[in-house]
Amino acid sequence: MKVLVPVKRVVDAYVSIRVKSDGSGVDTDNVKMSLNPFCEIALEEAIRLKEAGTASEVVLVSVGSADIDTVIRSGLAMGADRAIRIDTDNDVEPLAIAKILKYVVEKEEAGLVITGKQSIDGDNNQTGQMLSALLGWPQATFASEVSLEGDGAKVTREIDGGLETVSLPMPAVVTTDLRLNEPRYPTLPNIMKAKKKPLDVIALADTGVDATKRQTITNVAPPESRSAGVMVESVADLIDKLKNEAKVI
Amino acid sequence: MTSLVLAQHDNAELNAATLNAVTAASQMGGDVHILVAGSGAGDVAAEAAKVAGVAKVIHADADHYKDSVAIEVSNLIVSMAGDYSHIVAASTTTGKDIMPRVAALLDVSQISDIISVESADTFKRPIYAGNAIATVQSGDATKVVTVRTTGFDAAEMSGSAEVSSVEGAAADGSTQVVGRELTVSERPDLGSADIVVSGGRGVGSAENFKIIEGLADKLGAAVGASRAAVDAGYMPNDYQVGQTGKVVAPNLYVAVGISGAIQHLAGMKDSKVIVAINKDDEAPIFQVADYGLVADLFEAVPEMVDAL
Repeated sequence: MKVLVPVKRVVDAYVSIRVKSDGSGVDTDNVKMSLNPFCEIALEEAIRLKEAGTASEVVLVSVGSADIDTVIRSGLAMGADRAIRIDTDNDVEPLAIAKILKYVVEKEEAGLVITGKQSIDGDNNQTGQMLSALLGWPQATFASEVSLEGDGAKVTREIDGGLETVSLPMPAVVTTDLRLNEPRYPTLPNIMKAKKKPLDVIALADTGVDATKRQTITNVAPPESRSAGVMVESVADLIDKLKNEAKVI
Repeated sequence: MTSLVLAQHDNAELNAATLNAVTAASQMGGDVHILVAGSGAGDVAAEAAKVAGVAKVIHADADHYKDSVAIEVSNLIVSMAGDYSHIVAASTTTGKDIMPRVAALLDVSQISDIISVESADTFKRPIYAGNAIATVQSGDATKVVTVRTTGFDAAEMSGSAEVSSVEGAAADGSTQVVGRELTVSERPDLGSADIVVSGGRGVGSAENFKIIEGLADKLGAAVGASRAAVDAGYMPNDYQVGQTGKVVAPNLYVAVGISGAIQHLAGMKDSKVIVAINKDDEAPIFQVADYGLVADLFEAVPEMVDAL
């Protein structure tokens, strides 16, 4: 079974982002970029399936310009067998990403898609579910445990208030939550090997997907900042302020 | 122009997050209908009929709606979508699971996690863990929207809408819920509590979290945890407050032994009053706290419990 892992390059999780003063977006020039953390978890899970002999091949796919090749190579260094990049210079909305991924899933005849539940830049949490709907496949989102059994999968999902276990037939789309696994660090030999792994580039036009934007971002602004508070000297002082000043207890 | 709000429930009670979604839908203009898809969920439909501002409750009763499985509920919503300008759900794990499927099947983009309604087609939503707020205008005919509950007040329970039953869509049957482990707690729900007491890595162990729970119980509060505390195994993931956990905005948020990583602040910085207790006087949490106390939590928290 071939596992497809869609990944995204994002501003590194530890970077404090800066909103551009003209309201046009977030400044991403000369900022450290990384593989989206949830995508790393998805990739790790796929690699473990291959190591367990369940998956035959792990194919990484991403959408963007040659700028994203560095993070694609870091995914190959983790252990993906090869990668596909759908080439475009433009930002692509989740719906169009899902359509592009559908094209790749069908072309590759993948039996399972594992991807991150959300990217930490757009925070949309849409692509996996959209892909699943477009393919007419079942989905298991926010996975914290995945086990493949015969022709199906059992997936434990992180839901509000606890955990839920679903059983679903394959092929399916699984999106990953934080506790599914801890992604490995690539070893130096694997980093070297990754340089030689195949990275196919497909022009966006060749997928037949119309990636025209449906939404316009008219402004991006920093959030309202909280005004600085006061430091209190003691517990008694704190309780007094909460009771008599803030009146919240 | 009419909006359809997906009711979230456990077949017995309406989930309070639905009330915030109704308020958001009301601001989009036009009538608001609520869809209750469940199995034996008549009480939920009756409760939904009392939500202020709702013109009609549509009740679909079928076995395959019992567990709110995304593939089933999304097919139902899509079958009804022609009548609606907006399709709205709260950004709970259920809403997040279902709504992108609806959007994709309708061939429209989704607007996730809105915190305000600017007009019928324009919304504000946080990006980059809440470190930026984007204003997004949708060009799609149908707006599929999920709502961050902390951005909107809960609708009142003062209405009296009619309830009409509809045939469900055909069952897909592929996906079955085979088990649930829900946290049973006497404490208020984290997402809607007036007061939240959260602990971080500084609490040090699962055992020590009893100190946090003791303070929470004294205040009638829900208990939360930072991602660091969850990652360290002190608390289960459904207690996590932050970008990848729950977003809360209580009247009072007490952060104990939490340094204040960006990721955590994203989940609580809209709280009305924030208290931080940390022994590190340079912890970033103090920059967003209304009241900061530099102290050892193992002394300060028991002292608070005694004094309250």
